[in-house]
Amino acid sequence: MIMQKKTKTKISPRVSMPMLDAVERGRMFSEVALGYSLEQAVSEAGRCLQCKKPTCVKGCPVDVDCKSFIRLLAGKDLEGAFAKIKETNSLPAICGRVCPQENQCEKTCKLRPTGQPIAIGRLERFVADNYYAHTSCEEETGADSCVPIDESLKVAAIGSGPSSLTLAGYLAANGVKVSVFEALHSPGGVLLYGIPEFRLPKSVVQREIDSLKNLQVDFFCNYVGGKSVTLPELFQQGYKAVFVGVGAGLPKFMNLPGENLIGIYSANEYLTRVNLMLGYKFPEYDTPVPPGRNVVVIGGGNVAMDSARTALRLGAEKVRVVYRRTKGEMPARQEELEHALEEGIELEILSSPLSFHGDEQGVLNKVVLQRMELGKPDESGRRKPVPIEGDIFSLDTDLAIMAVGTGANMVLTQTTPELELNERGYVWADPENGETSMNMVFAGGDIVTGAATVVEAMGAGRRSARAILQRLKG
Amino acid sequence: MGKIIRKRVLIPKRVTEMTIKAPVIASKARPGNFVVLRLSMKGERIPLTIADADPEKGHIVIVYLIMGKTTALLDTMKEGDVILDLCGPLGRPTSIKKQGTVACVGGGTGIAALHHIAKGNFQAGNKVVSIIGARSKDLLLFKPELERISHEVLVSTDDGSLGHKGMVTEVLQDYLDRDPDVKEVIGVGPVPMMRSVARVAQPYGIKTLVSLNSIMVDGIGMCGSCRVNVGGEIRFACVEGPEFDASQVDFDELMMRLQAFKSQEKASMELFEKKQLA
Repeated sequence: MIMQKKTKTKISPRVSMPMLDAVERGRMFSEVALGYSLEQAVSEAGRCLQCKKPTCVKGCPVDVDCKSFIRLLAGKDLEGAFAKIKETNSLPAICGRVCPQENQCEKTCKLRPTGQPIAIGRLERFVADNYYAHTSCEEETGADSCVPIDESLKVAAIGSGPSSLTLAGYLAANGVKVSVFEALHSPGGVLLYGIPEFRLPKSVVQREIDSLKNLQVDFFCNYVGGKSVTLPELFQQGYKAVFVGVGAGLPKFMNLPGENLIGIYSANEYLTRVNLMLGYKFPEYDTPVPPGRNVVVIGGGNVAMDSARTALRLGAEKVRVVYRRTKGEMPARQEELEHALEEGIELEILSSPLSFHGDEQGVLNKVVLQRMELGKPDESGRRKPVPIEGDIFSLDTDLAIMAVGTGANMVLTQTTPELELNERGYVWADPENGETSMNMVFAGGDIVTGAATVVEAMGAGRRSARAILQRLKG
Repeated sequence: MGKIIRKRVLIPKRVTEMTIKAPVIASKARPGNFVVLRLSMKGERIPLTIADADPEKGHIVIVYLIMGKTTALLDTMKEGDVILDLCGPLGRPTSIKKQGTVACVGGGTGIAALHHIAKGNFQAGNKVVSIIGARSKDLLLFKPELERISHEVLVSTDDGSLGHKGMVTEVLQDYLDRDPDVKEVIGVGPVPMMRSVARVAQPYGIKTLVSLNSIMVDGIGMCGSCRVNVGGEIRFACVEGPEFDASQVDFDELMMRLQAFKSQEKASMELFEKKQLA
């Protein structure tokens, strides 16, 4: 207690993250946050109070023992820190980059009240980026060697996003043969098509997938769950369990007049064209990306920020994020919002689109918006935006990106009537272990929860993997 | 998977048929389904309707109109070459039940897509009347194939070189006047033709379906590029279609949206042609 009191007054600020210059980076796709040096990492790790009862761990959906790995890192034991993280987290290089730590481990950090919690995410990233494992098993689990793969214990994962990758890593490390079926032409799911290069380099994702391949995890691309591969067939083929991690699906639109004009895209489409299809290299790559000089992004989440920052990098002169509440209520990570603002993205808060307008060819040129004010709190606890009567204005725009959420993907559920859904159309699964209404079928990630974070999907993958392992090995 | 077994030129420099080894897709392909393919690491994903499938041989048949970079590149491929990525069967299959007479109306390359649907109806025991049209006799696809699985094949050409001189929808109108037992009309072809099929069939109160060819990226219900306006609501052709009730489809909007990437498509094609010449 005495020590804590002392540190409260003498606490040094967080070691800041080296970053690309805001003006320069706004025109290129290179990763924005460059990562700590060893000195910076050790210095930041040294700020940790090493609490007797650490609260940081409780904030982590995959139970990373933050306190212990930070202690090891402070002592420059990278190998130990890596092994410690890998005990529970199979994708630390990804989590260190895209987790909303401010709502998780760093939120529950004892130093949080000072406004300077330990930069746990940055430290996790540092360890994952800078320690090179000696074996593929170590890369995956932190242990020197894994249980040999038992080819008779086969498990299939449908979808290759964060939940399936986590599940595959956990099971493979425990000797289970895992096959991952992906509908697109490359594995990675949202890590590939959704999150842009400047936030999560594709090489980082590739490294994780390669390490799974080294553990004899097989990836089958161009296989659509429920279409080219169905759940009953997988069991017939000898798979003992199936994990459904097909992700969120259909982009939501607002059903507004003019919403199908040329120049209005879902964030999913816009980001897929850029990230998965590498359309920003058109015409070297075949997939075109809609050009936009004067861009409007509708929505206030991370996907809206990703879209806005992508549009800027593709040459937009002006990018505005339109959000119906205020800056404080935006669901985007604080850090992403700050990065966007530094790069010159503008906010149009307390506004909501009413209609879109175009020329005679159907090409978008204007959006009409309703000015809002905040009323009483709604069921989400946030103050509800209500229209200010008569306060209507318009913005000129040639590209509008709808980042207003996604609904359940129906491809698998359409053809699998046995799989029980919840009232929102997502797959029903036991929150404890991911078990669905079908025997030995588990599910996790956005197809169960609706759009959520990468690490929550990973947590679900891990819980299902644990349950499957228990069933298979008793 | 993806190996080109047979390549057949249907209309020189315009339309080609390919038989592709794809056992998994062939075993599951139903009429109305499509595949998405990608030809190179830098390639785009394009949807193509499955014109026929042979589950025993493990083959599927696609027919494509050479209209852009990807189809032009596909047309440079030879028998024995392998298609890099082939994904399917996608889309909801045509709902086929035994119900009597079904009029299958096809125009242009759509006739090939129509073939699989007509075949399904034929196998279900329906009376299949195929009504197909093209600009001229030389540009008419799949007539012999359709003859094998239709009770009647009626033809129209713009120049009168074969069958009725005029529009395919005029033949449809004539047929609907003659035969009161038509239970369903299915139209596959260029958007103006499908719109016209919808207009012609509507007064008869016959259920009419059209298969929509909107722009797709993933083809699995993720991006929303293929959205169409059906009955005033946004619907996704890739996972809710591609077939919709013709009377509810906003064809004007579909035509407009098909132009979305016209200039980029042209640039990409020109670049490709330049490279081919060099």
